[in-house]
This record gives sequence, C-alpha cells and structure tokens, in this order.
Amino acid sequence: MPTRTADGDRRGPRGGAARPQGPMVAVQGVDVTFRTKSRTVHALSGIDMTIEPGEFLSIAGPSGCGKSTLLRVIAGLTEPSAGQVTLRGTPVVGPRRDVGFVFQRAALLDWRTARSNILFQAEMRGLPKAWARKRADELIEMTGLTGFENAMPFELSGGMQQRVSLCRALLHEPDVLLMDEPFGALDALTRENMNVELRRVWEATGMTVVLVTHSVTEAVYLASRAIVMGPRPGRVIEEFTVDIPGHREYEPTLESPEFQRLSARVRELLGSGAD
Amino acid sequence: MAAVYPATFLALLVVAWFAVTATELVEPYIIPSPGDTWQAFADYPDYLWEHTLVTTGETIAGFAIAGVVGVLFAVLMVYSSTLEKTFYPLILFAQVIPKIAIAPLFVVWLGFGASPKILVAVLMAFFPVVISGISGLRSVDPELLELTSTMGASPVKTFWKVRFPAALPELLSGLKVAATLAVTGAVVGEFVGANSGLGYVILQANGNLDTAMLFAALIIMSILGILLFAVIQVAEMFLIPWHASRRNRR
Repeated sequence: MPTRTADGDRRGPRGGAARPQGPMVAVQGVDVTFRTKSRTVHALSGIDMTIEPGEFLSIAGPSGCGKSTLLRVIAGLTEPSAGQVTLRGTPVVGPRRDVGFVFQRAALLDWRTARSNILFQAEMRGLPKAWARKRADELIEMTGLTGFENAMPFELSGGMQQRVSLCRALLHEPDVLLMDEPFGALDALTRENMNVELRRVWEATGMTVVLVTHSVTEAVYLASRAIVMGPRPGRVIEEFTVDIPGHREYEPTLESPEFQRLSARVRELLGSGAD
Repeated sequence: MAAVYPATFLALLVVAWFAVTATELVEPYIIPSPGDTWQAFADYPDYLWEHTLVTTGETIAGFAIAGVVGVLFAVLMVYSSTLEKTFYPLILFAQVIPKIAIAPLFVVWLGFGASPKILVAVLMAFFPVVISGISGLRSVDPELLELTSTMGASPVKTFWKVRFPAALPELLSGLKVAATLAVTGAVVGEFVGANSGLGYVILQANGNLDTAMLFAALIIMSILGILLFAVIQVAEMFLIPWHASRRNRR
C-alpha cells in the first residue's frame, strides 16, 4: 500500500497527517423515522455505538431491522431524525467524502471498463491521474481482477463486478469502508471466496470496515466485533467481540469452538429466519 | 444479414407493382408503372435534386433544433420540478395540436421561406426527444448518484459522467423517432405554402395528375427519412456499444 495520500486536505488512514484521537465513528442517540402518506416507520431507535480505528464491525439482523439505514446514516446519505453521528471527530451533516461505500448491487457504469470504473473514483475527486492509475493497478492485483481490467461490466460475473465495486471504494484510501450487504446477490461459493478476499484485504490494510449483512457466517467470520440488531423499531440487541485473533483460514475458523459458539448465539437472537 | 428480409419483401412488392401495372388492371394515372416512375427520375434529375436539397435542409435544421432544444428542456425539467410542472402541460399541448392545422399560421407569421417549414419540423420532432430525454435522465441508477455524492463531485461533473451517458440509450431511441418525424414536418410545412421542396413537387404533380412524378417524390422522401434514421443507428454503434439493445444483436 502506498503511504502517501492523494490530496493534501484529507488525511489518509495510513500515513499522511495525523488522525484526530478518539473513535473512528461515534453514533449518539440516533433515531430515524420515515414518513410516507399512509404510515410512519420507526426505522432506528436510540442507537449508540462507537467504532474504533482498525475495527471490522459486522452488523447483522433480519430484513427491515434498519441495519442498512444505520450504515447510510454513518455515510451521511440518510439524515437522522434525532441524534448525531461523528466521523473522524467531525459531525456528519451530509454525504461524506472520507468513506468508501459498497452497495449490494455493484452499481458500475455500464459504459466503462473495469479499470475505468475503478478510476471513476479518482476522476470525480480530481485525484492525480498517475497516482490513481498506480493505486488501481495495486487494487486490481490485490482483489484478483488481473486479466479482467479491460472487460466491460456486462462481460463480468456478479462476483467480479463486486470486486470492481470494492476496488472503486478503496481507491481513494478512505478512512472507513462501509459495505451494505455487498455479497447478498452472489451465489454461496462466490460469496465464500469474497469473504476470504475481504478478510485478507482487511488483514493487509488494517482499515476500519463496517459490514451490514444478514448472513450469520459472514458476520462472524469477518468481524472483530459483531452487533445484532432487531426490528420494529431497529435497535441493537446484543454485541460481541469475535475473539479469533490473527489470520483466519476459512474452514478452520468455521470449525473453531469460538466461531460455533458465537454463530449459534447470533442465530438464536435472529430466530429461525437466519441463514 | 438482417437486411435480407426487408430487401426480399421490398423486391416482392416491386414485382407485385410490375404485375399490377403491366396487366393494366388499374389506369396509369392511378398507379404509374415502375418504368414510368423511373422515367420521372431520368427526365427530371436536376429538378428533383434541387427540391430534395431544399427539403433535406429543412429536415436537418428542424431535427437539429428539436434535438438541442429537446435535450435542454429534458435536462431542465429533470433538475427542476417547478420547471417540469410549468412546461410539461405546454409541451403536451404543443404535441396534441395537429401540426397541419397550425402550419398555415406559421406561413402567415414567417412568410414563404424555409423558416415556417423548419418550425413545423421542430414542432413534430421535439416531443419524442423531450419525452425520451426525461425518461432517460430519470433512469439512472439512484445508487450511482449516491455514490457520486460520497465522491464530493459537483452536479455538473455528475451530469456529464453519469447522468448523460446513462440517458443516451433512451435519448437515441427518441432521436430516431424524431428523425422520421422531422421529414414529415418539413413536407407538411411545404404543403401549406411553398415554391420549392418535395412537398411542393408533390402538390404540383398532383395538380397535373403526374402520378409518376408524385411517386418519385414519395420515394425520395422515404429514402431521406431512412437515411437520417440510419445515421442515428450508426451513431448508436459508437456511442452505446455497451447497451443491451446493441449487445444482443450479434
């Protein structure tokens, strides 16, 4: 990973100017209520949490528990009805530039190649071209996209498309990577592979990641800490530290007692609907 | 080649045309023979060419203006709901008025030159451009717009890099419809008051019961519309090779 950041005014997570002390993300008393003509939905109620730098936080929960909304509030894409979010010490009051966001669908530009889709991030931010190209090449190699750089999105499989989306989200070395069920649309095997890749990327970079998922296995395998949310209104029901230190090989991790214990507990909390 | 099918059908039509006229089932002044029609081309090439140029000019001018103004209106209406509420009913109103009915008014206002014909062509071609433009600009993936907002990109940059390219497939479909309508518009304008153009040729030929000449003018008009359509088809090949509508025709 390069140690210098592309633009001077924002601080990269690894190198450059010092990061403010304290948590990476602080969520304080966040409430979100959506009003439609016919009804009012209380999506989130009294959410308090902090996310430390370098943490991998999984947020698991059934559909409609507001976990995606929480992620969007952190990114500044949804405004909370009450409460406040602080990211790197500054309050979130609109879409934040210092995050990388990965959606459930890859959301690629159909008219650009994989590489050009990754560089889109740099183009829109006005980052130096030479730096961005070098960084894109590193990410392409890291995520196993080598050989597919010049493919158009429609020529790529779902897993490949999501890799491109991940590279795009990482290009500008964001302080926080926010992922909203990024592998939900993939088949089971591809999903497993992507989990292993993502874990490897996180182990290599030590960046802060917040992952929203409804897969128990994914949530526990990847996370250093996991949060389970419940629906109506969306709230945190339990929080765990996933105490499986060091590098996590996929199969051995899934067979470890700690993993089994935690996944059993998460499944219990989520009820029979979880996978 | 996909062109085989329409070409075969067209050839059959011409054979039928030959058959009908050769057996003298109908009088030549009702349906001229292919030979007579060809003769009209052969006897008056300069005359036909001159009037074709006039109509072509009016068509292209009308199409170009409708394209630019239509896209402009579509952009304004997508970005401002006030402008949309203001303009939409008016645009619909302008569309439902029969153009042939207001064409005489344009002649009164603008005289016998090219401008009233161009105006009718603009009016006819404008609507599909606006409608397809609006729907194209709205069809952009909302997640892409959220993504650009986390990139701190200006609305102008987002428009040129995301919204406009995403709208191109629908916009080009609208432009194809607009191209064919622009020809009709120009000829309608010429019907009402002109001393040149293919519409004028048709009126003259009709007055003289010269159906061979009339057929010749009709054929040129169709070719004009098809050519303009084909130009946009080719543009699609270069502009949106990535789009499903083009990918699947292998």
